[in-house]
Amino acid sequence: MASTLVDRHNLKQHKLKNATNGTRHSKVEGWRRRGPLLPALVFTIIVTQLPFLVTIWYSLRNWNLLRPDGNQFTGLQNYVDIFLDSTFRSSALNSIIITLGCVFAAMVLGIIFALLLDRKFRGQGVVRTMLITPFLIMPVAGATLWSVSMLNPSFGLVNWVISLVGIPPVDWTSSFPVVSILMALVWQWTPFTMLLVLAGLQSQPKDVLEAAQIDGASWGKTFLWVTLPQLRRYIELGVLLGTIYVVNTFDQIYLMTAGGPGTASANLPFYIYQRAFLGFDIGQAAAMGVVVVIATIIIATFALRLIFRSFDTKD
Amino acid sequence: MTTTMTPHSTAPSAERRSREARRRLSGSAITTGTWVLAFIFFAPVIWLVMTAFKQESVAASNPPVFFFVPTFDQFAAVLGNGAGSYFLNSLIATGVSTVFVILLAVPASYALSIRPVKKTQDVLFFFISTKMLPVVAVIMPIYVIAGQIKALDNIWTLVVLYTAMNLPIAVWMMRSFFQEVPAEVLEAAAMDGAGLIKTLRTILMPMVTPGLAATALICVIFAWNEFFFALNLTAANAATVPVFLVSQMTSEGLFLAKLSAASVLASLPVVIAGWVAQKQLVRGLSMGAVK
Repeated sequence: MASTLVDRHNLKQHKLKNATNGTRHSKVEGWRRRGPLLPALVFTIIVTQLPFLVTIWYSLRNWNLLRPDGNQFTGLQNYVDIFLDSTFRSSALNSIIITLGCVFAAMVLGIIFALLLDRKFRGQGVVRTMLITPFLIMPVAGATLWSVSMLNPSFGLVNWVISLVGIPPVDWTSSFPVVSILMALVWQWTPFTMLLVLAGLQSQPKDVLEAAQIDGASWGKTFLWVTLPQLRRYIELGVLLGTIYVVNTFDQIYLMTAGGPGTASANLPFYIYQRAFLGFDIGQAAAMGVVVVIATIIIATFALRLIFRSFDTKD
Repeated sequence: MTTTMTPHSTAPSAERRSREARRRLSGSAITTGTWVLAFIFFAPVIWLVMTAFKQESVAASNPPVFFFVPTFDQFAAVLGNGAGSYFLNSLIATGVSTVFVILLAVPASYALSIRPVKKTQDVLFFFISTKMLPVVAVIMPIYVIAGQIKALDNIWTLVVLYTAMNLPIAVWMMRSFFQEVPAEVLEAAAMDGAGLIKTLRTILMPMVTPGLAATALICVIFAWNEFFFALNLTAANAATVPVFLVSQMTSEGLFLAKLSAASVLASLPVVIAGWVAQKQLVRGLSMGAVK
């Protein structure tokens, strides 16, 4: 339905082309259509694709800024090295844990908040505003807020709260670095999933819900069999877009744990950053970047099919 | 009136009344629960703002202090610490990149919706795929190239990168707004003999202005909050607000209250913009998929 306008235009264009049947004309028309697109397309290719080609070039070289004799062609040596690098593997695992953990937890919380917000009550607007605020706080500020004000072992608010029920203080960012990072991330991303699910709830046809109620279906059954299937598209979209944003997480790790203790909480973006800007190992870091991009392309190929399905079947 | 009332008719109404009362009771229970949950979720923000108004010694106390005499000392200290130039840099990087994004995205999305090019889907696919590429994979060449052309620690480098960062989102969003323009309106304009420029100016742009606002809001949020490029590509001259914020975390001495004050100041513009434009936020975050 959403593509009707496009279809109609395509059809018209097609008819027009058949009528005139001049290749010259259609060529001119083609460029007239392409014209407005080109600045954005060319700009994006130059700024995002060219550097990546250079990254591939770097990844084949033995280039460490600390070793002046370096920067020779080494073939695939960097790739061999990173596959033998256990920190690369553990960072990859952390990337997966952090991304899936954050998206899943944020989605569950987001669904709960959205359901609570999807009814009329006193102060609905205020509660909604409160709940979206964590997403608007600058991520750097949110990360320091969690690592210092909330999770600090001696004066953090979280330790004070758990002390009320007799739990001894915990050194969160050292003892549970990944959990600490997840707290800050889930806090930041829950409003995002909540807003998506809320939009889904509000687009629900009310007559279906009323029919279910008249039929005497319980709230749980209505949710499971009527609401949830209708929310599916919104949940898929939230998971997909959330994954795109969260997989590149850097700020929270840089500020809360610096990937530590050791490399216990480093994800791939942080580990590559460390190798490039602290280890000055351009070749290795570039090779890691290439591997991450290849993995991303494989995952994205599946994910994009999903995104197109959910964009095209909109009502 | 009362004489006509039979026991038969009062029984169900009483039952209904009690059911109604029960529902109202459970309704207010849910409302209270919602408020409590929202308060817990929002508590870190309250705590951040409270800490910003404390003296350092009060901020880092155990157990935490909830009642204190508020002070503006920390805000004064932050602003006296040269925060102005960082805010100016952020303002330039955010504002100029957002204008560039709109200038590039509007024609591009027009070419992907109203008068679509061939392979529209492929082009859209390409744009969104650049969003999936990890930024970290291109930071080294960007750093090296920027160094060679003497563009390190230059605000215009950030402007270019933020434009590229937000352009795919903007193209997708603007396309979704253009697609909502009814074909009949455009046909009518064509019949009236309106040229391309006139159609754009008088018909299309007014119809997609709310979309433009939503797009700009999203670009502003992401550009204002961006940290990775700013950290790696700027130093004394072009550093933006997030970099300034990190510099407030000194290893020596107390910094918590001052950091909180800086955090409040840094977040305030985007928080207010997001509060005001809640509806556009949803649409923007979903790249136009959710209306």
